[in-house]
Amino acid sequence: MSTNAAPAGGQHKTDVVIIGAGPIALFAVFELGLLDLKAHLVDILDRPGGQCAELYPEKPIYDIPGILEVSGQGLTDRLMDQIKPFGPMFHFSQMAEALEKTAEGWRVTTDAGTQIDARVVVIAAGGGSFTPKKPPIPGIEAYENASVFYSVRKMDRFRDKIVVIAGGGDSALDWTLNLQPIAKKLLLVHHRDGFRAAPDSVNKMRALVADGKMEFHIANIKSLVGAGDKLEGLMLNTKERGDYRIDAEMLLPFFGLTMKLGPVANFGIGLNENLIPVDTEKFETDVKSIFAIGDINTYPGKLKLILSGFHEGALMAQQAFRYCRPDEKLRFQYTTSSTSLQKKLGVI
Amino acid sequence: MKIIVTDREGKVHELKGRDGWRVMEVIRDANLPMTAECGGACACATCHVYVDDAWLPKLPPQEKQEIEMLDFGVAVQENSRLSCQIIVSDEFDGLKVTLAPESL
Repeated sequence: MSTNAAPAGGQHKTDVVIIGAGPIALFAVFELGLLDLKAHLVDILDRPGGQCAELYPEKPIYDIPGILEVSGQGLTDRLMDQIKPFGPMFHFSQMAEALEKTAEGWRVTTDAGTQIDARVVVIAAGGGSFTPKKPPIPGIEAYENASVFYSVRKMDRFRDKIVVIAGGGDSALDWTLNLQPIAKKLLLVHHRDGFRAAPDSVNKMRALVADGKMEFHIANIKSLVGAGDKLEGLMLNTKERGDYRIDAEMLLPFFGLTMKLGPVANFGIGLNENLIPVDTEKFETDVKSIFAIGDINTYPGKLKLILSGFHEGALMAQQAFRYCRPDEKLRFQYTTSSTSLQKKLGVI
Repeated sequence: MKIIVTDREGKVHELKGRDGWRVMEVIRDANLPMTAECGGACACATCHVYVDDAWLPKLPPQEKQEIEMLDFGVAVQENSRLSCQIIVSDEFDGLKVTLAPESL
């Protein structure tokens, strides 16, 4: 991909920092770009598209004006093409963790240590950050980051341990195959004898089970057994066997991602039930020069539609210009007739 | 036409079922707590309910997409369904479901 993606940990300065890289964030880059405003985007996912890329890449969307049908991925790809002339910088796989006021505007710091200074902040974070689902097993939080992990950062942590992987998707199967050789014992627990994963991975897992190199339990996890943050076992349940115990030192639940508001809640912006109230003229929050567009904002009559978010981005950009270029006069122009806009778009 | 929904505190709600609506939409319209993140695209497993045992066999069978999406549900049981995949109609008058626990 020819996307401009910055390595983690750098320091950057730009006009507008956008939190999120979903369709609304991408189109905001276009509207800002027409006004000569540069943008950096921060997203927890490793690619652009937000919900369109993560939840429904292959599902059809029928209510984008002028486009009969487009998939979530298709829309993302088209938006990426459309904003290419403006050279946005992407900071992927990072969560915008802190927001501080600076002399000239704002500084956004990510969980990977990247710092971006900008005059304007635009929150286009949809339903929040995609984070791993946490199964509601009583007491599981006590074991997190010691015996329970929702991702694998260092494989070595699982070496010579009794590792239980829960789930039936590609992550569950991939990590089963990757950790089986180094674990003392590996057990996969899934509620059915079927998987939503690459058939090749499933076949490899079944071969390991057949060779006695790992166990596969078709069961539900009822509870955790252990002391402090040290896991010792799991209570599983099946209709036939009832409750039974297996030994476990490490548990890796892989049930996909869900959206959580995350650190945005601590940015000092007014919230209403995990949404950010904005005005409908500029889509500005109760903090000047911080805007919220797309699914994450709320106002009377709000509809969570992609097309609404596009409109919100266009109006936001007008006000963002006034903050970023206070001495310049904003000139409203059409792409159809303006040679200066067409030059920016690289079409003439 | 009614849909009987037990929430996570055990409180029972009698909701008006509307023909052609998804059960998920009926639940959300009543402001009961349900994430239903993807809005009915069978792409997230956050409209997960447990169906009353007596009702389970009366529902249309799960399509492959729903079965596979439930692999990403938490606390899945044998009576688990995704409520966006159950369409309300007269034959389901009195359908009883319980909101499944959500991701922590």
